[in-house]
Amino acid sequence: MVKMNYELTEEQQAIVEIAKQIADEKILPIREEYDEGQIFPNEIVEILAKSDLYRVFVPEEYDGLGMGIFEMSLVTEELSRVCGGIALAYAGSALGAFPILLYGSEEQKKKFLPSIASGEKIAAFALTESEAGSDASNVRTTATKEGDHYILNGTKQWITNGGVAGVHSVFATVDPTRGIRGMTAFIVDSETDGLEIGKKENKLGIRASETVELIFNNCKIPAENLIGREGTGFRVAMGTFDQSRPGVAAQALGIAQGAMEAALSYAQERIQFGSKIYSFQAIRFMIADMAIKIEAARALIYNVSKLIDSGAKNTGGYSAMAKTFASDVAMEVTTDAVQVLGGYGYMKEYPVEKMMRDAKITQIFEGTNQIQREVIASHLAKELSRLRK
Amino acid sequence: MKRVVVFIKQVPDTAELKIDPVTNTMIREGVPSIINPFDMYAIEEALKIKDKWGDTETVVMTMGPPQADAALREAISMGIDKGILLSDKKFAASDTWATSYILSKAVEKLGDFDVLIAGKQATDGDTAQVGPGVATWLKIPSVTYVRKIDELEPGHAKVERMRSEGFDIIEVKGKFLMTVLKELNEPRIPSFRGKMAAKKAEIPVWGADDLNTDEANIGFTGSPTRVVKAFTPPPKKGGIKVEGDDLETVKGVFKFIKENHLA
Repeated sequence: MVKMNYELTEEQQAIVEIAKQIADEKILPIREEYDEGQIFPNEIVEILAKSDLYRVFVPEEYDGLGMGIFEMSLVTEELSRVCGGIALAYAGSALGAFPILLYGSEEQKKKFLPSIASGEKIAAFALTESEAGSDASNVRTTATKEGDHYILNGTKQWITNGGVAGVHSVFATVDPTRGIRGMTAFIVDSETDGLEIGKKENKLGIRASETVELIFNNCKIPAENLIGREGTGFRVAMGTFDQSRPGVAAQALGIAQGAMEAALSYAQERIQFGSKIYSFQAIRFMIADMAIKIEAARALIYNVSKLIDSGAKNTGGYSAMAKTFASDVAMEVTTDAVQVLGGYGYMKEYPVEKMMRDAKITQIFEGTNQIQREVIASHLAKELSRLRK
Repeated sequence: MKRVVVFIKQVPDTAELKIDPVTNTMIREGVPSIINPFDMYAIEEALKIKDKWGDTETVVMTMGPPQADAALREAISMGIDKGILLSDKKFAASDTWATSYILSKAVEKLGDFDVLIAGKQATDGDTAQVGPGVATWLKIPSVTYVRKIDELEPGHAKVERMRSEGFDIIEVKGKFLMTVLKELNEPRIPSFRGKMAAKKAEIPVWGADDLNTDEANIGFTGSPTRVVKAFTPPPKKGGIKVEGDDLETVKGVFKFIKENHLA
């Protein structure tokens, strides 16, 4: 991989090598077919699991490797370099696990995290609804307390890994009149009666990632599966995003890296006007610009990830910057990569059109880049008022 | 405890190999070393046997220079329990006779075992002799070119041996050696825990004194093979295309085959 050396530790180097080997040897041969056919990569999940990669983001006391957001991002980047869709079978599970990891009780962590760490179960994050997208507080799925249970009713949409997950972090409201203060997070087992998998979406990109509707029809959830307290759901969701955004950023970074490498190697082989097109300044400068943007995105993502792993507070604004910048870079780089490959780039025989399709979602999901800029602007105002105190 | 021993060889990565256009020999400088690709299937099969049998020690052995240690560590990163390096200046220039003798002495030193596995051949020497050679020295049966295992328990096996046409089904009693083909399995990717174990693993190095080898069977003097000449075979030419659906054309083809002793 053509990239700057970050002096990784021996352990970090090892997980990068494993992720690279899986990407090059196992994902590369199937990515086109799985994209075209919208096939979920069950066998890749199994390989990721056996290689211990799902353990990366889980603490050691729950059978994980006790690494952090940085290492989770390194794995996601490496997998996304080859396929940004298949990478979500990995990164999506981290997103689904974070509410439990960050806000779950000791009992909940003991019960749910080991099977996520081993890869036996994938986790999914279920927040979005038809009327609750950027306005995440507007969830209509209800949770009604009955004795020592809650009864969940409602429909979640666009849930990554929704149909294959064993564990879901689900956001519902215990009182729709209370808005944000009614939102509550629950851990839902996929075997729960009344939980149905609805429509499977037909998407522009990340087609090997499964995106489905989840329908909750009188689902009886034990009260012990409530994360935090009633009414803390919005905080759980936002706190999760603060930690998970570097993962999306890393997905975008990997996609951009893959596109840049494809453009670079093509430009060194393609001959027009009797010369390799890499000898033309128009092409050379496009690829140089790609590399500049990619390295800048990488520097931001790695630093924010390490900042989060250090336990620092108020990192949300910075993780939003990493997500926004990297995803905008991914869109620019992949679009330019298609341009470098010209007509061939537009064809499915070459991977760059897929990378361009895959890149688009990174500007949209886990908070659109417009919402991210809101997060960043609020963060800046808060930091300024904190300094003035 | 049951035991499965795998023999591996470190070879130049042929995907990276270049030929010197003047001397027609391999340029070895700067070419990365890898585990002989066929040996990867042997390693995977040993791991599968362990998964199935439980309570089994998997051991990987290689004979080579000190840097062959890297090949053993890679096998450990995939899940092999133990690596042993057979390395001694006295072993240098051993041919397949001497190499298989040295490996057989190492197996004797290791102790009891249930199955020995090797890749069908190495991509550098291409002899396919060392595996069966070890079995001969140890006086145990060997089954070459195994493409499928129907049954395998300690002391009993039923396997399929690939032939140029079809295959044989072979039953073996007692301990035995097999050489394996790529059809047998798909080698696994190392795990993180495996990689960390590989970095920390102690790799014992056994030399001629440790193995109590007979000088007459090791190294250059113990190797009956003498390379008389090495040459690069000329590349295959394009061939002749004959078209037509009449009898005369077919007769012409038969005549050509006969005259050129092609059948």
